[in-house]
Amino acid sequence: MTGERAAPPGILERHLLFVTGKGGVGKTTLAAALAMLVAGRGQRVLVCAMERGEDLALALGSAPLAYRPTELAPGLFAMEMDTEAALREYLVVQAHLPPIGRIGGVAEAFDFLASAAPGVREILTIGKLCYEVKELHYDLVIVDAAASGHFIGHLAAPVGMRELAGIGAIGDQTKWMLDILEDAERTGVVVVTTPEETPVLEALELCELLQVVTSVPLAGVVANRVLPELFGRRDASLFERLDEMSHASAVGRSAVIPPDALARLIDAAKLSMQLRSTGVEHLDNLRAGLGAQVPLVLLPMLFSGAEGAAGTAELARALLDELA
Amino acid sequence: MTRTDGPEALLADLLEETSLVIACGPGGVGKTTTAAALGLAAAASLDARVLVLTVDPARRLADALGLDGIGNDVAEVPASFFTALGHEARGSLSVAMLDAGASWDRLIRTTAPSPEVAEEIISNPLYRNITTRFARGHEYIAMERIFELVGTGEFDLLILDTPPSQSAIDLLDAPERMADFFSSRLLGWLTAPLRSRLLNFATRPFTALADRVLGTQFLTDTSRFFLLLQGMYDGFVERSNAVAALLREPTTLFVVVTTPETIPVNEARRFVDALKARSLRLGVVIANKVLPSSLLDADTLQAAGRMVADTEALEADLAESGIEDAGGVARVLAAISENFENFAVLAGRQRALLDELRSRHDVVIELPHLLDEVVDVEALSRIGNLLLAEPTG
Repeated sequence: MTGERAAPPGILERHLLFVTGKGGVGKTTLAAALAMLVAGRGQRVLVCAMERGEDLALALGSAPLAYRPTELAPGLFAMEMDTEAALREYLVVQAHLPPIGRIGGVAEAFDFLASAAPGVREILTIGKLCYEVKELHYDLVIVDAAASGHFIGHLAAPVGMRELAGIGAIGDQTKWMLDILEDAERTGVVVVTTPEETPVLEALELCELLQVVTSVPLAGVVANRVLPELFGRRDASLFERLDEMSHASAVGRSAVIPPDALARLIDAAKLSMQLRSTGVEHLDNLRAGLGAQVPLVLLPMLFSGAEGAAGTAELARALLDELA
Repeated sequence: MTRTDGPEALLADLLEETSLVIACGPGGVGKTTTAAALGLAAAASLDARVLVLTVDPARRLADALGLDGIGNDVAEVPASFFTALGHEARGSLSVAMLDAGASWDRLIRTTAPSPEVAEEIISNPLYRNITTRFARGHEYIAMERIFELVGTGEFDLLILDTPPSQSAIDLLDAPERMADFFSSRLLGWLTAPLRSRLLNFATRPFTALADRVLGTQFLTDTSRFFLLLQGMYDGFVERSNAVAALLREPTTLFVVVTTPETIPVNEARRFVDALKARSLRLGVVIANKVLPSSLLDADTLQAAGRMVADTEALEADLAESGIEDAGGVARVLAAISENFENFAVLAGRQRALLDELRSRHDVVIELPHLLDEVVDVEALSRIGNLLLAEPTG
């Protein structure tokens, strides 16, 4: 390592991105939004759901996904991982074996082997994605990966395999996979979180585990659903006055606002302000925990209520504003 | 005991006939907190020895329960803790954390034919790898630990906070998959080359595939490892079947926890379907972080819309009513009106998702979005009371 190394490439300059985070923070939608953004810039992108693809299909407004990538928009390809199909492809494309016609018995046998020798499944599935990167089939491959804990297990598999199976077919496969996975010029992990206590703690823990357990580089952290500030300091004190006199005030008596409505508006504002202020606290902890080196992207809470592809497109626009 | 007739009363009644609660659902929805709150409320209101087994090394939770961290061993929450909450507990509450590694070691030690074999297995490099990922090892070992704890007879009610399952259904199938694995003829084939130099005709294609996928050296190592376990297969199958049977007991109750957001609700729905398909006993669905219903008020939304649309008219109106700094007040009112509109969208979407959940399972308990999200005693007790609808104080 020399001290003259250039700064690591930005999130979108890499060729393989794993998007992960605690469940429920919006990682699938973010993976889909990244893909839309990159395809919109005229590049070829493949987005892959590592687990059940239903949620990714929903976020992309697509029909159910399959192992074979579908082009949903110019340059935007999507697929769902399937271990059995990856095995078949591995045997033909990389192990140079004639295609297996009858997968029946082989599937059962493989399923058994993958249970007996854990890590084999990951070598094949992550291997498939690395293969796409190696062959330069796409400018960027985005992986809608498993949630934090499982994800580390998946990424640690090739390292574990290197130790367990130094020589042989799997050993050779892990070598070139790790060359790609551990290369910060090509690969990066994007950790998604929200400005809440547990997601932030889990994101920090994940970033640390990533370093300790694997050598896969961290590309950045995205804090999703950040609430905007309602008003500046001057209006905040006006709001307090409004709150104090809400019930019997002249405002309440004015024809424009029914008193009940005013009380509800004030309650909603307090809810929003409290969520915002605890959120800011958690974001401060996140920033402090990550240190200055790690890029932190904040994405606003989107209130439009748009679902499916429309909601994802909206997130992609917000992402463009932040990453540009 | 006064109870409402809502879904909460049902949960309280269900608990009377339950000795094991399995709280499951997608990650990040507050399962651990919900399980702890339920345990706390059950210990306070039922004459029962309650144990919460968590998978989450949540220090905050340990602190909230007055424990110095939660370990693999069972720790009882001190009685003084309930007194501090203002009421005597009718039962007792204990907590333990699931340490998957330690639990696997324990399983091996109880199943192995001799301590020497147990140590040889535990020190095998493949072992750690296998126990963390093998056949959904985490899900299985959580069940196994519960089985062990049920067997002690020391508790009347066990509450299991399950690991965030990549697909919650794996959890239900983990014991059977484990049994399938150890009773598979392929296991015999895997170790066949080591047991006999004569390659069986039937096993040859399998061995060839295994060799291509794993490589010769790794295949040999794997086979050798399973040869070590050989005498224990029947024991594993027997235990796995017993764990699977425990899931089907009429005194085992599943509780699905979720939040009213699209992806978690989809997963909860799939889980409800999976439980029904397996004829397992589903009690209630708990929806966490539900926004207040006042956000759905149509009159307020209408008033908010008017103020956002025409702030000038609002200002003029306020000035006419003799309000000081009408401009500023109008600006603030417009801002909080827009905020209301925003949150009304979120609340409306939540409502639609909750209705959808109810169409799948009629008992849905809603828990409010707790502002401070701090896991302290009072918060746990408040959530617990909401879950069991006990009179507060």
